[in-house]
Amino acid sequence: MKTMKRPDSKLNETEVKQNGDAGGHLSVFTNVHTAAGSPEKRLLSAFKKDTNPGKAYLAGREYYSEDGKTFELRLVRRIKQQLSADPTTRPEYPSPLGLTEFTRRATEVALGKSSRAIVEERVLGVQTPGFTAAVRLGAELLRNWYDHCAAWCGPVYLSSPCDDSLAGIFQAAGIQDIREYYYWDDQQRGVCLDKLLEDLEKAPERSVVVLSASAHYPTGADLSHNQWAVITELIMRRRHFPFLLLPPQALCYGNVEREAWPVQYCASQGMELLCAQSFSHCFGLYGEAVGHLLCVLKQNSLLLSVQSQAATIVKSLWAQPSAGGANIVATVLSNPAHVVEWKEEVKHIVERCMLIRELLRERLRLLGAPGCWNHLTQQSGLYCNTGLSEDQVEFLSQRRHVYLLPSGCLNVSAINGRNLDYIAESIHRALTTSL
Amino acid sequence: MSVFGEVALAAPVAVFKLSQDFNNDQFPNKVNLGVGAYRTDEGKPWVLPVVKKVEKVIVHDDSLNHEYLPILGLPEFRSSASKIALGEDSPAIQENRVGAVQCLGGTGALKMGAEFLRRFYNGNNNTKTPVYVSSPTWENHNAVFANAGFDDVRPYKYWDATNRGLDLAGFLGDLESCPAHSIFVLHACAHNPTGTDPTQEQWQLIAEVMMRRQLFVFFDSAYQGFASGNLDKDAWAVRYFVSMGFEMFCAQSFSKNFGLYNERVGNLTIVARDADNLKRVLSQMEKIVRTTWSNPPSQGARIVAVTLTSPELFSQWKDNVKTMANRVLLMRAQLKAKLQALGTAGTWDHITEQIGMFSFTGLNPKQVEYMVKERHIYLMASGRINMCGLTSKNIDYVAQSIHETVTNVQ
Repeated sequence: MKTMKRPDSKLNETEVKQNGDAGGHLSVFTNVHTAAGSPEKRLLSAFKKDTNPGKAYLAGREYYSEDGKTFELRLVRRIKQQLSADPTTRPEYPSPLGLTEFTRRATEVALGKSSRAIVEERVLGVQTPGFTAAVRLGAELLRNWYDHCAAWCGPVYLSSPCDDSLAGIFQAAGIQDIREYYYWDDQQRGVCLDKLLEDLEKAPERSVVVLSASAHYPTGADLSHNQWAVITELIMRRRHFPFLLLPPQALCYGNVEREAWPVQYCASQGMELLCAQSFSHCFGLYGEAVGHLLCVLKQNSLLLSVQSQAATIVKSLWAQPSAGGANIVATVLSNPAHVVEWKEEVKHIVERCMLIRELLRERLRLLGAPGCWNHLTQQSGLYCNTGLSEDQVEFLSQRRHVYLLPSGCLNVSAINGRNLDYIAESIHRALTTSL
Repeated sequence: MSVFGEVALAAPVAVFKLSQDFNNDQFPNKVNLGVGAYRTDEGKPWVLPVVKKVEKVIVHDDSLNHEYLPILGLPEFRSSASKIALGEDSPAIQENRVGAVQCLGGTGALKMGAEFLRRFYNGNNNTKTPVYVSSPTWENHNAVFANAGFDDVRPYKYWDATNRGLDLAGFLGDLESCPAHSIFVLHACAHNPTGTDPTQEQWQLIAEVMMRRQLFVFFDSAYQGFASGNLDKDAWAVRYFVSMGFEMFCAQSFSKNFGLYNERVGNLTIVARDADNLKRVLSQMEKIVRTTWSNPPSQGARIVAVTLTSPELFSQWKDNVKTMANRVLLMRAQLKAKLQALGTAGTWDHITEQIGMFSFTGLNPKQVEYMVKERHIYLMASGRINMCGLTSKNIDYVAQSIHETVTNVQ
């Protein structure tokens, strides 16, 4: 620790210079080094500096429409206008757990209205300011209370690859032991179940396993129903705890229930689970931080206690979540006519993503790009894994000004009529140029 | 067997329990003096007219993009919010050594500041650095710093119950005797819950000791504008410390002065020695935010940014804030006058001497219990009342009740 030199005399005001150099103290922040930016941040920075007119950024998190911009669902826009003119809104602190109507609908959307867990009142729903916040809250709950431990610290298993911020979230909550389980296989261009099962089998009993319920980020490769059945059987046998992720619900198949199937299946097996949800993508509410943490318990006698502890944790994180976005989601989901309209708009998004996948696959086939590209259309959602190596990904950004995530994954919605040919050609070149 | 089988029921938060009890009370003339939010003379929450106006503008603005906000928040919000605290012509801002992080309310700002300090202040990951919070203080201060990993959160002397004022000697004494590099959470104005702020001279004394002993300054500014009705006046302490050359944090909340309680609009203003230090600090802040909420909500921040950056709207907002502050001042004056007219035992000058939303009445726990149970007037066990809970309709009843309580209960 650096010692600070400082004479003992009283500070003379006239000695204080305007540039804040009072008394010759070293800055208290002297030892703070610059944080290494996340890979995404560096990528975006490089893209912004790139002056090539044909550049394309395919590593973004949002859904982009054909004109290359994020947009607002028409329904959401109307509801925002309605809500802004609503004379009954009360500017008051919401409960730390969020808006009741929102958590109710968010819970239903994940578990299904007739879920036994809901009927038996052993489900806790907490509104959070976004998806990351939901994961963070879940991590803090586990850290404080998992497995009768005052300070449980892991292990937590994340898929390989996964969202690169996930490990940091668990660590920030005080859980240091973060490990990976095998997920994406480059050869198979999909999930390798055998290796996945092997890793989870080897994991210490009662590990927490983070699984993507649908639209796996960043690969877009999801587990089939059969695979879920096998995995959950292992989880129950090894007494692991499932922490499910459901960020872009409804964006894979346009079918809310279908994408929540894994959550419902686990619940129906009598499992306890946490599920982090986001309503950013499926409502176009990126800027509104609308997230939800679902907790399914085995016994309803625990609900009040877990709920009270969740509220206590929330109070030290953000105190209460923000109301705006949750209000919109609740307004939509609690009105059947709105739900129909919402599903229609989401369907367009889904269909466009599917179309792009087909077109990309077709272009690559026509170009004679080496490798198999069936997975592009067998998988769905916003993201897909091109299977390109790190070198090839770098080639794409440096030489072709096309930016993918380092893992070779890309956001299909960023591809449009104007850049499809160039991107397909670029991928082909990356695969065929010797590097 | 559930993995959550040993989860204990957490103690309810006192102020929420009070509200609950109030809601369940059937007494027709019940009064809620416990809640920490502004109420009109009709006893209702108030959407500021300027906020209503700006909301409409935003909702019809076609040019807004709907992407995730940057991790550190809306740039125009961050800079305009910092300007509000430090002053439009702040030299520190001109010297490019002021930065900010948009946060989820004042709590979020405290949280981010606490997380940063725990990791990087006074050595790396030094969880033993004492964090001092005033005695008494907002009940959530303890939890935020404790859960950020600080092992040692302690009180510093502040409220002198006997004299119903600031215990300056005690405060200065704690500043002199605390371990070097201790962190002090200071209330920028309108101290919660006592409503008692140091005078300018007293702040100068406090600053002198803190500079000499190299203590870290962490301001909590939740009531700017609300205390005196004047933004600059309420920011005097913060600006003085900046002019003294401190590096410091200031957690700002726009919940009260914008009435945006439910949109969670907060800002952590960071004053560093120079631009290079600032840059490094912000880079680490980004990492911390990334693992907490990643991208903050835009609605509230946008409302504040649009308001603060338009001279016309800014002026309207200042009027709205004055409206709220003036109502509080009126209730203070009237309550004191009524108590004096009733000949209630004791001195009641503190009611008008204290500022902001809250007043420490000086009622003891037994008297508080009497107020709640017999008179159906709900206030915190500490004797704290929210002046906003008083209205022209209930002030007589409240004054009468205090009089009766003080007379009959010792």
